[in-house]
Amino acid sequence: MTAATADPDDRERQVWELLASVPDPEIPVLSIVDLGIVRHVQRAGDGRLRVGLTPTYSGCPATEVIRTMVRAALDAAGFADAILEEVLSPPWTSDWLTPAGREKLRAFGIAPPEGAASGPGRLGRTAAVSCPRCGSRHSERLSEFGSTPCKAHFRCGACGEPFDYFKCL
Amino acid sequence: MSAAPPLAAGPATLDGARLRYLLRLGDTSLVLGQRLGEWIGHAPALEEELALANLALDLVGQARLLLSYACELEGAGRDEDALAFLRDAPQFFNLTLAEQPNGDFAHTIVRQWLLDNWQLEIYQALAHSTDTRLAAIAAKAVKETRYHHRFSSGWLIRLGDGTVESRQRVQRSLDELWALTDELFTPDEVDERASAAGIAPSLTELEPRWSARIDQELHAGTLQRPARQPYPWHGKRGVHSEHLGHMLGEMQHLQRTYPGARW
Repeated sequence: MTAATADPDDRERQVWELLASVPDPEIPVLSIVDLGIVRHVQRAGDGRLRVGLTPTYSGCPATEVIRTMVRAALDAAGFADAILEEVLSPPWTSDWLTPAGREKLRAFGIAPPEGAASGPGRLGRTAAVSCPRCGSRHSERLSEFGSTPCKAHFRCGACGEPFDYFKCL
Repeated sequence: MSAAPPLAAGPATLDGARLRYLLRLGDTSLVLGQRLGEWIGHAPALEEELALANLALDLVGQARLLLSYACELEGAGRDEDALAFLRDAPQFFNLTLAEQPNGDFAHTIVRQWLLDNWQLEIYQALAHSTDTRLAAIAAKAVKETRYHHRFSSGWLIRLGDGTVESRQRVQRSLDELWALTDELFTPDEVDERASAAGIAPSLTELEPRWSARIDQELHAGTLQRPARQPYPWHGKRGVHSEHLGHMLGEMQHLQRTYPGARW
């Protein structure tokens, strides 16, 4: 049985599972579901599935790569008629990173965002960031900007290692 | 990619004004982003180079969202790349301030700080636009503009309240660029039509908020606000300083030489 002829209720779940296997091209330990950029998978009136993706940052170069990867994954899995749509509102926030995604980031050596974007953790007001290697909160910000728009550059005062911090935005 | 026809839509109708307004916002972000990109390989420190490149990326991304929306409204079948690479200077509607050359780091910071403060006001207000597509773009952009502003105001204050040399340089740039700030909040028929329709905020209402934060940050940086000066350029009406054409010459070189070239 191909995915396209499966029980309609099951198709949405299958697409979610499929999307959970699509990695973020910049931080491949994260899936795009971990990143919180899949906004919806829903059935349209005509029975076709609509998949809503939101960009993280306006200029993130990964956005287009992700769209291409999602399209290819859907086509290959028998969901060629699914509609991909861009969702801009509400804007993406790092609060949508899943708990599993945060743990994957830490294990990869990137400190996950501290606090909530709506609260005191918001970028620029971060009091302390835990070092992903030794766990010390004795760290300092070297630069609010890093190798990708979503990351800032920190250094741990305890183990001395520099590390990336996934910005709280 | 098709050749760019001249922009037919003028501000005489609401649709024309909306299109022109989007081009002003999008072109300002695009041109400023291109200028910041010129710092890559030349910035005074690696961290500042990363910062300027990150700002450039956000700005070009915002420009892309705005200009692709403009292309849909225009309905002439061209995309945002055609707008960016195949228009001549008089068809760009960016603020004149955005196209000014980088100068030294202080000069770039002053230009950025003035425009970050402008974008902060504009995008905050546009997040409530009756144009829901524009409101969504603005709500996203304002989050990015907040940290752009934190970067530029932080440096403005450090340079102003820094050494004799850094203070002199930043004050000199402020004196030089100040004349161009009048354009930021002087409404014309495009702004007024867009504002009356609830698409855009009233510039005259936003100006005092911009001005108050400018004064507060100048004070923190021990800098003097220059006197108001007349200005001869009207970039947002397509009448540019001599700098835009040179900048476009570099930016558009590849697409003009090899039309339709792709990565």
